[in-house]
Amino acid sequence: MNMADTLKWIATLLALVTTLGLLLSRDWRWSLATLALQYLGIFWLVHSHWPLSMAAVKLVTGWMVCAALGLALHRSGAHTASETAWPQGRLFRSLAGGLIALAAFTLAQKTATWLNISLAMAWGSLLLMGMGLLHLGITAQPLRVILGLLTFLGGFEIIYAAVESSSLVAALLAVINLCLALVGAYLLNAHVAEVAE
Amino acid sequence: MSAAVIWIFLPFGLALILWPLGNARIKAGLSGGMAFLLALAAWLLPIDTALSIGSFSVKIASSFDILGRHLVLTSADGPLLTLIYTAACFWFTASASTRLAHKLAPFGLGITSLLVASLAVEPFLYAALLIEMAVLLSVPLLSPADRSPGRGLFRFLTFQTVAMPFILFSGWLLVGIETNPGNLTLVLQAAILLGLGFSFLLAIVPFHTWIPLLTEEAPPYAAAFIMWIFPTMAFLFGLGFLDRYTWLRTAPQLPNLLLIAGSLMLLTGGIMAAFQRHLGRLLGFAVNAESGFSLLALSLGGTTGMKLFFLFFTPRLLSLGIWAFACSILAEYVPSLRFNEVKGLGRSLPFATSGAVLASLSLGGLPLLACFPVRQALWEGLARQTPGIALLMLIGSLGLLTGAIRSLAVLSMAPEKTTWKVNESWPQRIFLAMGALALLILGIFPQWATPLLARLPSVFEHLGH
Repeated sequence: MNMADTLKWIATLLALVTTLGLLLSRDWRWSLATLALQYLGIFWLVHSHWPLSMAAVKLVTGWMVCAALGLALHRSGAHTASETAWPQGRLFRSLAGGLIALAAFTLAQKTATWLNISLAMAWGSLLLMGMGLLHLGITAQPLRVILGLLTFLGGFEIIYAAVESSSLVAALLAVINLCLALVGAYLLNAHVAEVAE
Repeated sequence: MSAAVIWIFLPFGLALILWPLGNARIKAGLSGGMAFLLALAAWLLPIDTALSIGSFSVKIASSFDILGRHLVLTSADGPLLTLIYTAACFWFTASASTRLAHKLAPFGLGITSLLVASLAVEPFLYAALLIEMAVLLSVPLLSPADRSPGRGLFRFLTFQTVAMPFILFSGWLLVGIETNPGNLTLVLQAAILLGLGFSFLLAIVPFHTWIPLLTEEAPPYAAAFIMWIFPTMAFLFGLGFLDRYTWLRTAPQLPNLLLIAGSLMLLTGGIMAAFQRHLGRLLGFAVNAESGFSLLALSLGGTTGMKLFFLFFTPRLLSLGIWAFACSILAEYVPSLRFNEVKGLGRSLPFATSGAVLASLSLGGLPLLACFPVRQALWEGLARQTPGIALLMLIGSLGLLTGAIRSLAVLSMAPEKTTWKVNESWPQRIFLAMGALALLILGIFPQWATPLLARLPSVFEHLGH
């Protein structure tokens, strides 16, 4: 295994750790810090197919997303009401996350052959998409839904970078990520306004 | 000057200008006026042909380059642009007498221009990205700033976002099929991804659950606007796929798939509508059924299917608009649109009640109302090809009619000595009366709507001829 492959595996492991962290953390500060780290992994995996200048767009956009969400949560006083309708246990979420990671790994081997990409990249991408969907499936909190959608999109962006390198796509995907963060900020403020009433 | 500047950037720019403005009526007037002018321009102005006015000569270029890709609007797109902006004018102008004008004018205009851009972008599969941007822009419209967002909004956001990767990825596979059409595995993979993408985008069963939830939670007029514009544009986007790829258009399984999806949507929408106890949810299930009708029309294939598909546009727009407008007036007087809360409102809000009931009966396919003539034509077409599906269509329509009759019963169920009052404002009365009249006229003279719609199928080079 050469240096580039090793770095890809490190980025994929970073994606695994951060996405599990997102699933388990309850404090928004930890969640956003973890998301920021996740974008570092996404950036590195995308960089294996895109030039550095274009891949850096993902990192900068991702960190701007974290900043926008962080500002909104900080300004709103961050009342994160505890969820009552979904399993809150860390053990349950760890097990569900583990299952997704295993399923993603199994699928990644076929995907890597199909798209002619590295196994690390395929696993990283499918893992993030799967974890994003898991997040979306078990929560109805504005912050959690937005984090789930961002994770899902992050995973898709890795795999799509392997097949499409248009700068318009990169720009539109960056705008979508930023808009998603703004929508998240709007919904979080609306949520807090009602809680305050 | 290019066509994209006129029909995409200009309305988007106006949306940005309108956003901070304070007066809601001015916002509604300006956005409605702009939409009307754009519809008129699309109807009258030729694209890519020099236009001489005295000594001046102007030519509207069809293509606009952006980051190495193009936004292309040709003369063939004229009827489509006319239809979209006429409908937008209807929504924005009527919003002046609702509480939603301050939001609908800027966000609605922004959403419309983004969706027009999605029809114009080349390569056209990038449209999925523009549709996603329009989805994100619609969130403030659907969720009031002082209320916690509900499950419907999250599902809408999730399902529409999940649709985008499927469509983008299938687009990449379709390019591969163009170079290697004999690769059946690739064809199957592309078809599955495309099917999933459009199932999310068009809210096809079982991905339809967000529609009734959203129409229950969100302001009715905003929800109806979104329920009209997104499915319409998604259908046009889907037709673009069919028109471009011969293997997809000629696939023998396609009519059956459309039949199954259409019947499922219609049955789900119709049967569920019969059992609802909330006017908003009833509207949501009617929207589900409408998508079913469109799919069934397309399943007929050929120009007949395309003509029927486009003939649904005007009656659907009118019925949905009037129903939602009436519901938004009712919602101002009661905490929610549940049956037990709107009971007897017919005595104090007779215009809104009549509008809501007439529009719901029209969507139910009652004879002499706007939707009936097109439904009858669809019914005839289906009965010739697959009588079983025609029977399912009857069941779905009966479900919708049952829902409409139940809402009529609830709205008119006031205590015996309640006096009649008219609480609607004059603009509201005028709009509702004109709308009801239009529903009746279109039901009796359906051919009056055809001049606008006759050229629409030709927008699609292969499907429309």
